[in-house]
Amino acid sequence: MGIVEWATSPWGQDVPIHISFLLIWVAAIAGLLFLIVHAIWARYFARKEEFAGATPPQVAARIPAEVPRHSLAARMFHWIMAAAMFALLITAFLPRIGVQFAWVTYHWIAGIVLTASILFHIVHATFWMDRWSIWPDKADIEDATRRFKRAIGQAAPPPRRFAKYPLENKMYHGVIVLAGLSAVLTGVFMMFRVRTGFLPRNPYLFGDMTWGLMYVLHGLAGVGLIALIMVHVYFAIRPEKLVITKSMIFGTLAREHYLEHHDPQRWAVEGSQSARASSAD
Amino acid sequence: MAIIRDIMPAFELYQPANTDDALSLLSRHGKEAWAMAGGLDTFDWLKDRIKRPSVVVDLSQIKELTGVRPMGGGVEIGALTTLTEVVRNPTVKEKFGLLSQAAELVASPQIRNQGTLGGNVSQDARCWYYRGGWKCYRAGGNICFADTPTAINREHAILGADRCVAVNPSDTAPALIALDAQMVIRNAKGERVVNAEDYFIGPGTDIMRMTVLRPGDLLTAIRIPATWAGTHFYFEKIRDRQVWDFPLVNIASAAVFNGDQIERIRIAVNGVAAHPVRLKQVEDAVTGKPRNAATADMAGQLAVQGAEPLRYNGYKVPLMRNLVKRSIRGVEEAKWA
Repeated sequence: MGIVEWATSPWGQDVPIHISFLLIWVAAIAGLLFLIVHAIWARYFARKEEFAGATPPQVAARIPAEVPRHSLAARMFHWIMAAAMFALLITAFLPRIGVQFAWVTYHWIAGIVLTASILFHIVHATFWMDRWSIWPDKADIEDATRRFKRAIGQAAPPPRRFAKYPLENKMYHGVIVLAGLSAVLTGVFMMFRVRTGFLPRNPYLFGDMTWGLMYVLHGLAGVGLIALIMVHVYFAIRPEKLVITKSMIFGTLAREHYLEHHDPQRWAVEGSQSARASSAD
Repeated sequence: MAIIRDIMPAFELYQPANTDDALSLLSRHGKEAWAMAGGLDTFDWLKDRIKRPSVVVDLSQIKELTGVRPMGGGVEIGALTTLTEVVRNPTVKEKFGLLSQAAELVASPQIRNQGTLGGNVSQDARCWYYRGGWKCYRAGGNICFADTPTAINREHAILGADRCVAVNPSDTAPALIALDAQMVIRNAKGERVVNAEDYFIGPGTDIMRMTVLRPGDLLTAIRIPATWAGTHFYFEKIRDRQVWDFPLVNIASAAVFNGDQIERIRIAVNGVAAHPVRLKQVEDAVTGKPRNAATADMAGQLAVQGAEPLRYNGYKVPLMRNLVKRSIRGVEEAKWA
C-alpha cells in the first residue's frame, strides 16, 4: 500500500484521489515515538542548559516582575486557532478510525474559523507585532550549532540566551505555518465540492488531477498536523515548559525565567534599558 | 468501468448451517467477507467485479433466520424470510398490513421469492455511477459523479445530501420505520437492537455504508412491536415501470384516528435521501389536528422544506409533497402543485 490512493477518471487517466488513511496511524505513532524518545532523553541524558555571559545587574534591575510576552490579541488568536485545529483533527480523523458522526459540516465550519484566525494573525503580526521575532536568524543558527556540539561532547563556547523565542519554537512555527497553510488553502478550494450554503458548488473548478493533488496535499498536511499537535501538547505540559504555557494563558513570564533564559539585548521588554517601543509583543 | 461477465469471480464460498457459524466466519474474515442473503444485490456487484470479496458467506442454509414468529403482541421476522413469505404471512397481513403492502411492491414475483426482508433493507444504493464502478465518494473516491453540472440524476436525492446524492432504494424500509420496528444485529461479541430509523445512516455519518452494519455484523431479525398493530396504514410507491422497478419515491404511514382527529401518526419516505426519512416534524405538526385537506396540505408543505433538488430530479419535490398529503388524507388529496 502506497501513501497515495489512485483511481481512474472518466477520461481514463490514473489520478490520485487522497492519501492512504494508514498514514493517520503512521503520523500518530511517529508523534508518539518522538514523545517517548524525547522524554527518555530529557529524563536521563539532557544536561542543564548553560548560557554565555550574564545579564548586567543594572539591566536586570529594570526588568519588571512580570514580563509581557503575549498580548491579549495574540493569546486569543492562539486559543481560537487551537480550538479550531482540534475540531478539524477530530472531525477529520475520528470517522476514519471508526467513530461515526456527521462530520463534514463541523469540519468546514472549523476550517472557516481557522482560516479567519490565520488571516487575523497575519495582519496582526505584520502591523502590530515584531514580525521577525518568530523567524530564525543568524544568531539562532550559531547558537544551535554550539548547543549541538556541546551536547555531543565537542568543545564549543556556551550559546547565548534566547531572543523572544528559542530556535525550536521558531522551527515549529515554520513547520506549522507550512502544514496549516497547506491544509487551509486546499481546504478552501475543497469547500467548492461540498454544500456550504455560501460558496457555489463547482466540482469542475479544477481538473481531476489537480483536485486529486489537492486532496492529497490536504491529507498530508492533516496527518502531519496530528504529529505536530501531539508534539506541541507534549511540550506544553512538560514541567519545565509550563511557565511558557502559562504565559500563553496569562500573557506574562516571570522575571526570573526571563533573566535565566532570555537575552535582554535580543528581546527587549518594556521597562528595560533596551526596550523598543515597537516590539511590545 | 463495469464489465458485465457471465461467470462469477473466484472467492471462497462458505455455507454455514447456523447463525453462530456464520458469525464466526464473518468475524474471522472481517472486511474480506461478504454476507449474502438472497443474492439479488450481491450477484450484480460480484459479476461486475466492482466489489471483490475474497470470502462469500451464503446465509441461505440458516433455517433459524427464517420465518415469522409471534412476539409480545407483535412479530419477529427472521432476516432471511423471503419477501413472498412476508407478503403471505397471515399475521403480518392482518396486523401489519403496511409491511405486506410494501413487500408486495418490491420488484417482481420471482425476485420476491428469492429476495429476503433483511436483504431488502440492507441493499446498497442504486446510483448508476456508483454501480458502474466509478471511484465516487461512496466507493472511496473524492467526487460525486451524480452531483456534477452534467450528471444524470433523475433518481437521486433531494434531501440530506452530503457529498453523495444516492438514495436508499428499499420499499420495506419506510414501512418498518413507520411500524416502529427494531433491527436485531448480532456479531461475535453479542447482540444489539437498534430502532429501524437508526439502522439506516446517511453519507454524513459514513459515506461508504447505508446501514449501521459493520464488518462482522449480521442482521438476524426484525421485530415489530404491537404499538401500531391494526392501525390505519398507507403505503404508496411511485416508479417508472409499474410491473417491476425501484421506487422514485415511496411513503409509508401508520396512524391512529380519533373520529376525525389524528391521534398519533408515524410517516416515513424513501427514495428522497440516502436513508429512509422519518418525517418527525410532520408527525408532530399533524398530531391532534383534524384529518382534513388543510392539515394534509400543511403536512405536505412541511415535509419538503429544505429540499434541494438536483438538475433532473426537481419533480421529486411535488411528488413527495403530494405523497405526504395522501398519506394523511388519502388518495383524493393528490393534486400536482
